[in-house]
Amino acid sequence: MLLLNYSQPLELSGIIESVDTFLRTNMSPGWATFVEGVIVCVAILALYCIIALALIYIERKITAFFQARLGPNRLGPYGVIQSIADMVKILIKEIIHINRSDKFLFYAAPFFVIVSSFLAFGVIPFGIDLQAIDFNIGVFFYTAASSIGIIGVLLAGWSSNNKYSMLGAMRSGAQFVSYELSAGFALMTIVVLSGTMQFSELVEGQRYCWNLFNGHISSIIAFIIFMISGHAETNRGPFDLPEAESELTAGYHTEYSGLTFGFFYLAEYLNMFIYCSIATTVFLGGWMPIQIPGLDALNEVMWYIPSYVWFFGKTGLLIFLSLWVRWSFPRLRIDHLLNLEWKYLLPINLVNLLVMVVIVLTDTSLAGLFPSLLATN
Amino acid sequence: MSFSKYISGIFKALKSLIGGMRETWKELWTKKVTMQYPENRKTLVISDRWRSELIMPHDENNEHACTACGICMMNCPNGTITVTPKMIETEDGKKKKILDTHIWNYGTCTFCNLCVITCPSNAIIFNNDFEGAVFNKSKLIHQLNHEGSKLREKKKEPVAVKTPTTTSSDSTATPATNKDEIISKVKENNSLTASVGGNDSTNVEKTVEQPKQTNNNKDKTNE
Repeated sequence: MLLLNYSQPLELSGIIESVDTFLRTNMSPGWATFVEGVIVCVAILALYCIIALALIYIERKITAFFQARLGPNRLGPYGVIQSIADMVKILIKEIIHINRSDKFLFYAAPFFVIVSSFLAFGVIPFGIDLQAIDFNIGVFFYTAASSIGIIGVLLAGWSSNNKYSMLGAMRSGAQFVSYELSAGFALMTIVVLSGTMQFSELVEGQRYCWNLFNGHISSIIAFIIFMISGHAETNRGPFDLPEAESELTAGYHTEYSGLTFGFFYLAEYLNMFIYCSIATTVFLGGWMPIQIPGLDALNEVMWYIPSYVWFFGKTGLLIFLSLWVRWSFPRLRIDHLLNLEWKYLLPINLVNLLVMVVIVLTDTSLAGLFPSLLATN
Repeated sequence: MSFSKYISGIFKALKSLIGGMRETWKELWTKKVTMQYPENRKTLVISDRWRSELIMPHDENNEHACTACGICMMNCPNGTITVTPKMIETEDGKKKKILDTHIWNYGTCTFCNLCVITCPSNAIIFNNDFEGAVFNKSKLIHQLNHEGSKLREKKKEPVAVKTPTTTSSDSTATPATNKDEIISKVKENNSLTASVGGNDSTNVEKTVEQPKQTNNNKDKTNE
């Protein structure tokens, strides 16, 4: 690969490779694959939890700053242990059984939500060689996997035997199904531009010019639509009406407590992260450092910063944007919400997709216009 | 809805959304208003008008201004104050009523300020010391006059000053039992919530000889 021209002292590929060779020299190929699979599973689960805890802390801090407060500041320096304490609290809480609820569905629902979140989490490329599996239809797999979550939400609302839960779940269903559409179209626009659904190729294709700029006007519109529908899909920001506290107590997870509630909570936070990381990978060049063709000295310096730092930096930026939006805008009404999707985002998106097709066919993307400067190969 | 309206609506919406985000961005960098209470004790500013604990100011000679008239006790709506006077004999043979104990119950006080307003000699005030939480209910009962304190005389010759010193020496011995009695009485009052008013009125009749009318007059002049 081209990347090997630059020295990358802090990358994790060396460690991963040595673990692989160690396992393969000491075991039969079948067992080695199995053990590697287990290691990857554990690593992803651990990363999932760590990111969730960190996100909860960061979110609470930034939220507080937006409201001129200080946020958690009692537990540990600057309150960093607060979310760990919260986790322990949620783990030792009783799981309350609801009378006349559908027991099986009630306890199955959180697993749908969290498993879909895990599946989507698995395909994210965190850095060079830091991807569990690199499907050739990665974007499509992400869209499919993240859609399973809504089944869990609907089941939770239905099986709780509670009006508020039911209303929240129905709202969530309407919202999710609607916005999934525009998220899918926005991704499709970029797939048209880059000509691939594989995350590794998407990242490689954005070496010198991020997709956000490559398709200029069309890409930017797609990015904005993707971020809006991301907020809506993760029930956050101004679109948090499925769990609108003041109207529906907590929406679909009203009746859940302890760990079952923890699953919903965790999945909600991680979905935000997953969404931002997909946006990073598809629009902002993923883990690829900023590269300018011709300026080899700069490029080399950029490669010294490891790829996962680039990835988390860009994702963090998008998460901050999401929080900024969340604490700026009032909650939408359900009809306004659906208006926004069906009367604005969807038509604009369809036109935008056509525009992108024209851009690609006439070769007027930035890389097409300035092939000497920005073309990847 | 015409097409141009549709398009202009989108841009209007974008403009207003960006305006909102600019506001919150400014808010992000403003000074945080959170008061970190136990740490900021030294810089904490409590309003002067804040009423937290009733005190009887004593000067450097351990003298206060309370004449044991009992008006504060009479005006207290819920029997929080118990003033116990005692009679002493001055050197020139006159009988004089002085303050023995002034007991105030932090637990039942509603901080209405009536006692402070009506006090004819401005002997008691509410201070700013708001950290009044204690672990034991009996610690809420405060004796306001200090041990061995006496009434501030109004520019008297040293003869008058001498007499209270003798009384103060024996007041350390006798009032100790006296004070305990009153504290136990106050506790009784607290436990018998229904009879608080009745108990108090009897107390007032026993201990206070000031006529009610003067009390009212003083009220008006003070206010």
